[in-house]
Amino acid sequence: MVANQVKINGEDVAAAGMTVAEYLASAQYDLRRIAVERNCEIVPKSKYAEVVLETGDVVEVVNFVGGG
Amino acid sequence: MACCKIPSPEEIRRALVQKQGELITEKLSQATVAICGLGGLGSNIAICLARAGVKKLILVDFDNVDVTNLQRQQYKAFQVGMPKANALVENLKEIAPYVELDACNEKVTEENIDKFVQNADVVCEAFDNPEAKSMLVNAVLEKYPQKNLVAASGMAGTDNANSIATRKISKHFYLCGDGKSDVNEGLELLAPRVMVCAAHQALTVIRIISGLEV
Repeated sequence: MVANQVKINGEDVAAAGMTVAEYLASAQYDLRRIAVERNCEIVPKSKYAEVVLETGDVVEVVNFVGGG
Repeated sequence: MACCKIPSPEEIRRALVQKQGELITEKLSQATVAICGLGGLGSNIAICLARAGVKKLILVDFDNVDVTNLQRQQYKAFQVGMPKANALVENLKEIAPYVELDACNEKVTEENIDKFVQNADVVCEAFDNPEAKSMLVNAVLEKYPQKNLVAASGMAGTDNANSIATRKISKHFYLCGDGKSDVNEGLELLAPRVMVCAAHQALTVIRIISGLEV
């Protein structure tokens, strides 16, 4: 495993050490329209600023678009 | 034409077993599903699951039927103006008279979510608004991590329906759709594409209840 790499939506991203909030801001996600799972567990929105991504984490950022 | 006799519960059950098999029919007959949002997704999911013989549907929507809904949602022209939950109950009773139906004319919020989802074996997220989708999914995953959740994102536009897929995100969380086509970017909403996504959700619900999703 390459140091610093986090698997985010299937892609390797050098995001270890960033908080979830920092990563989401860098990737320009709209926080009102997403859900974040880290290693198959939901990251509550209230914890985005505290949870720090670690090397080897598997993250899914589910982005909701309009229509239904 | 004069009305024929409505099939008895036993006749309907036999017919379901003939088409779906004993296992799936038996599992569905004990299951409760909450459908949050009764538009193009929710109204079609509800009809699929009612026809398949689920025990109970909890149907939640705060909105009334609008004339623009008739293009892709399972309502009738004379129901324009009626609360969607009540209109859908009328229609489902004609289709599947023995399914238990709980109509809720309410907006789902983080505060009131428990009463809609706590007794459901599976929760369907079927809203149109992306912020409402996010709210429901986050609330269910945070408060009920063991609850099965089937959400949708991306069924707008005119792409081939093959881009709509079902993905398992985590142990109890499934996501259907193409993940990107956004009605808020001016894309069209075409009934067949929305119904394909609704069918993905309904099939995923049936697979979960039947123990086929492992």
